Amino acid sequence: MIRFEPRQSVSPVRIAAAPIIAAVLALAIAAIPIWAAGASVFNAYLLMYKGALGSTFAVSELLARATPLILTGLAAAIAFRAKLWNIGAEGQLYAGALAAVAVGSGHLALPPGTLLPLVIIAGAAAGALMMLVPTLLRVRLGADEVVTTLLLNFVILLFVQMMLEGPMKDPLGMGWPQSEPIVDAAVLPKLVERMRVHSGLVVALVLAIAAHIVLKRTVWGFEIRAVGENPAAARHAGIPVTATIVRVGLISGAFAGLAGVGEVAGLKGYLTADLSPGFGYAGIVVAMLAGLSPLGVVLAALFIAGIFVGADSMSRAIGVSNYLADLIVALSLLCVLVSGLFVRFRMRVGGSASAEKP
Amino acid sequence: MIDILDILLTANFWAAAIRIATPLIFGVLGALVCERAGVLNLGIEGIFTAGAMAGWMAVWLGADLWTGVAVAAGTGAAFGLLHAILTVPFGLSQHVSGLGITLFATSASYYAYRTALPDVSSPPRITPFQPLDVDGLSDLPFIGPALFQQTPLTFLAIGLVLLVAVLLNRTPLGLAIRAVGDNPSAVEAQGLSVMKLRTGAIMFGSALMALGGAFLTMSAFDAFFFGMVNGRGWICIALTVFASWRPGKALIGALLFGAFDAFQVRLQTEVGAVVPGQVFLMLPYLLSIVALVVAARGADYPRALLKPYFKGQR
Repeated sequence: MIRFEPRQSVSPVRIAAAPIIAAVLALAIAAIPIWAAGASVFNAYLLMYKGALGSTFAVSELLARATPLILTGLAAAIAFRAKLWNIGAEGQLYAGALAAVAVGSGHLALPPGTLLPLVIIAGAAAGALMMLVPTLLRVRLGADEVVTTLLLNFVILLFVQMMLEGPMKDPLGMGWPQSEPIVDAAVLPKLVERMRVHSGLVVALVLAIAAHIVLKRTVWGFEIRAVGENPAAARHAGIPVTATIVRVGLISGAFAGLAGVGEVAGLKGYLTADLSPGFGYAGIVVAMLAGLSPLGVVLAALFIAGIFVGADSMSRAIGVSNYLADLIVALSLLCVLVSGLFVRFRMRVGGSASAEKP
Repeated sequence: MIDILDILLTANFWAAAIRIATPLIFGVLGALVCERAGVLNLGIEGIFTAGAMAGWMAVWLGADLWTGVAVAAGTGAAFGLLHAILTVPFGLSQHVSGLGITLFATSASYYAYRTALPDVSSPPRITPFQPLDVDGLSDLPFIGPALFQQTPLTFLAIGLVLLVAVLLNRTPLGLAIRAVGDNPSAVEAQGLSVMKLRTGAIMFGSALMALGGAFLTMSAFDAFFFGMVNGRGWICIALTVFASWRPGKALIGALLFGAFDAFQVRLQTEVGAVVPGQVFLMLPYLLSIVALVVAARGADYPRALLKPYFKGQR
């Protein structure tokens, strides 16, 4: 018989070790599919390392890739803290990107300097609005937000495709379904000349720090944690549970919307329907690896970004499919769930269970 | 103006509706078996993909079609076992574990496909299941073409509805599975193992989900495509609530959904010139959300759903 007993005290070292053990374990398990593809495991990982950290260019790619992952990671982390299961960051990202190109492609006459802030606000608002619908459906009508946010991802992506083939199609796009480019005044400036890493990274880092302070040091943060841990007790203590959940939903959606703004205004310059290779779903893994801590999200996003960038580079060199990256990301999620369990509990095998309650 | 009745009264329309409903019947049945035992299985989307890939791959490598179906079911059960280990003895979050299974099963399927077929431009095809022509019955007016020109997997799906209904409602095992999703400590008091019952139910339910995927690559189409599951798993989770966790209602829900989807496809060919195609493609997802919202009021969730159970707990 297997039983789990809570540990009396959980040291910070153990908590910090859980995601690291999970990451190492995920990479170790992923050696099997690399071997199955007939490649040298050592060589593959060496190439992944070089592809992610081996040059200034590689590091710039890593940071550019980490930028949306920090934001979708924050979107998941803050929502999951309140046990609001926002699985719709992928759709909210596209909504944010769509709003960004709608505002930022130069059809508005605005005083100089106001366009970029407006693009950012529009993207955040669009993401927030996309999450407001499932949040209200949950708190008002009891419809499970996991399912509604997942289904809305498909609806929003179809809507984006419709806009890109219709009203928002670039007339100069050679017939491709893509939006008009963002005008120069709405572009997030590059951080380094001739590199792709852009100032969206700074925005993401500032928001991670802000989220950390809000969660740790403010009444809002306390309310979010209380609602997530025990809604009944929170309500009893006079915390406005519904208002808190709606607020969390709006913030979470706004983070995901900003991820979309960064991708179009910082990186691509225009919107296509394949803007995101699953940043929304990977954000869930980032948040879980981070133990739902906003600062941890930054580190976890760097790790996941490294896997994606490294795997792309390795795949180009030795032909192992870059779906390996998605596989490692998925394995990281499963491994961190298990390692987190062993941090908080001690497993006992055998013995009678009736004497003690787990 | 198009005549709606003209569409609804053709046998072809109903044949399409049943064809669209078939994978959903498998999926909703699988989801409701898991949930009746108290465990939400959000691995469904990935298990669909894995079933579609594994079944197709087995046939492509030379197995016969029914062996492919068995391979798909076994693949589903294996992912189900993983979900069961994480959620039952380990008691981890069913939401996160399920999403993890979906990411894992999907990426593993894509990776395996790409590794086996590194540079194919068009997906290789197999000879899929053929419509089951029953002598005499297939020639019946209307019902013949609608019902008796489906492939054997559709009949398997309908047969499984009956089987699951009888299993859940008429057998001691079914009683135990339902009890384990409502009041696990009472089951433990009877001397039954909550862990074994839940694990078994999740594995069986996951095998059913994988059959839904296998239908896509081995009956509806004849090849495996990336992204071919396209949210069908999530639609099944919504339909499970709509069906109040009952096999019979699951069948009706899936058929209604299939009829709606077949209808929008026909509507699309009629008015496609004025309304963009994506509007029609959105409808199934929006319908699922509406179905979920309508059913969520007063939904009678299995009482122990999402709640891990540890031995000796009251």
